Amino acid sequence: MTSLPTPAPGGKKLGLVIDLDTCVGCHACATNCKEWNASGHMAPLPDHNPYSAGAEGVWFNRVHSYEAGDGEDGRTVHFPRSCLHCETPACVTVCPTGASYKRAEDGIVLVNTDMCIGCQLCAWACPYGAREFDEDQGVMKKCTLCVDRIYNETIPEAQRVPACVSTCPANARHFGDLGDPDSAVSKLVAERGGFELMPELDYKPVNRYLPPRRAPKPDAGPPKDAGPLNSQIQNPLLRWMDKVLSR
Amino acid sequence: MKPAASVIAFTVASGAGYGLLFWLALLRPLGLVPQGAWFGGVAAVLALALITAGLLSSTTHLGRPERAWRAFSQWRSSWLSREGVAAVATYVPAGLFFLSIVAGWPVLAAVSGLLAAAGAAVTVWCTGMIYASLKPIKEWHHPLVTPGYMLFGAFTGAALLAVLAGFWGMDGVPAAIAAVLGALGFALKRAYWRSVDATPPVATAESATGLGSIGQVRPLDPPHTETNYLLREMGFRIARVHAARLRMITLGGGFVAPALLLALALPVGGWVGWLLLALAAVLAIAGMLVERWLMFAQATHTVTLYYRGNA
Ligand code: SF4
Ligand code: SF4
Repeated sequence: MTSLPTPAPGGKKLGLVIDLDTCVGCHACATNCKEWNASGHMAPLPDHNPYSAGAEGVWFNRVHSYEAGDGEDGRTVHFPRSCLHCETPACVTVCPTGASYKRAEDGIVLVNTDMCIGCQLCAWACPYGAREFDEDQGVMKKCTLCVDRIYNETIPEAQRVPACVSTCPANARHFGDLGDPDSAVSKLVAERGGFELMPELDYKPVNRYLPPRRAPKPDAGPPKDAGPLNSQIQNPLLRWMDKVLSR
Repeated sequence: MKPAASVIAFTVASGAGYGLLFWLALLRPLGLVPQGAWFGGVAAVLALALITAGLLSSTTHLGRPERAWRAFSQWRSSWLSREGVAAVATYVPAGLFFLSIVAGWPVLAAVSGLLAAAGAAVTVWCTGMIYASLKPIKEWHHPLVTPGYMLFGAFTGAALLAVLAGFWGMDGVPAAIAAVLGALGFALKRAYWRSVDATPPVATAESATGLGSIGQVRPLDPPHTETNYLLREMGFRIARVHAARLRMITLGGGFVAPALLLALALPVGGWVGWLLLALAAVLAIAGMLVERWLMFAQATHTVTLYYRGNA
């Protein structure tokens, strides 16, 4: 059903929180995502010309790098981009077949590839470029939030998180219930001023991004109550003593 | 957005077909087009052939055409599904319309014709809304897009009807309607381009990344060195000079010239007049193909903000 489920008050909203301060842009999340999902719920993720020039394929997670700001305030920011499991996703409502749906129980947005006709309208409707077409199968593919890991009782409990979260070496990716204000991820978002992407489009993404921390101010000199700098002492003897004593 | 030949052919052919059906159904009971069974039958068959060819062409755009029937299920939320339902539903009164014309049942022809005309209008409305409902694409999410699809379908349909009616020597009203619609089409398309060129982008690289609080955002390293589906499908771009030229061709060749030819055909009449009508219809359809191609080629999608920093 491509009509959206009515959100239950206090209902679960599973999603990711991505820390743009600590992400080092290593692409490990994208790689592990491809690895897991190539044989996961929406498998396969096709590749074309994988071993030659023009290699390309379907990925659910893409890591961009940006420069933001200028001069001393400028930053290089690595920016993983994947489905944000929006609360009002037009990718679902435009789907003519019912293949695209948003789960009422946890808010995960999925595609039923057995029903998809490959009209690709959902990919046009997603502002974030989170849907990629499988040209081999003729159906749409997208991030599943690793629905086949997070509830999977055959793997150790610690691994029941999305593949991208489990592999991030910088701990820049967090997974949890953003519908629960007391969850660890919600607290992290509150503490760090987490934000949504393109709020003006009103898709109400669930995933949040944490901003890079502000760079420390450039050296403002010694504290006011500190004595004169060594170079400011005129008397050579005193200057020598100051140097020795401050070792 | 990448211009998809199958979708362009679909919207142009079915738009003209529905326009033709609409005007035939409206003008025939009023006695403003030839009343014979031959004329009505040929016009209805041409309309249904264009509609059917368009719909078949649209299924070649699908990754899984054999599952196309599934698209009729989600009419509650999806404009594409509504379009499919409306298109199929319109076949019922349209088929009845054709039958009653050929069999010579004027009352049934008038009633089924009006229902078919309503179905045609609803279907083209849904086609326009598929595009107009997509917020990430500024050039489509515009209040003139759906009226444009309706008006251009009505224009090309009326031009075709004028050609057919001219063959039976009674082209006055459809030709006059088509000439007026051509002028209106010109005005609408120009107003649309003016407005859309002046509309700011729906989002910026700063809001797409949320990094605007730091300052201006510039892409540094791309996520992949080769192309991908997103860049091929949404990243299509056309040079500004080409676009300007094609816009002129659309306005001049697709609206102004056919409207003038249609207006000229009225006083000229005879075989020369009919040739002018035929030329007008050919130009209108060709202009519509260019218009539809530009509709895709000039459409920008917010995903390109992530790749290029602008849409
Ligand atoms: S990010 Fe795109 S694909 Fe994911 S839910 Fe939102 S609109 Fe749909
Ligand atoms: S491509 Fe598939 S999932 Fe997407 S809108 Fe079309 S039928 Fe639905």
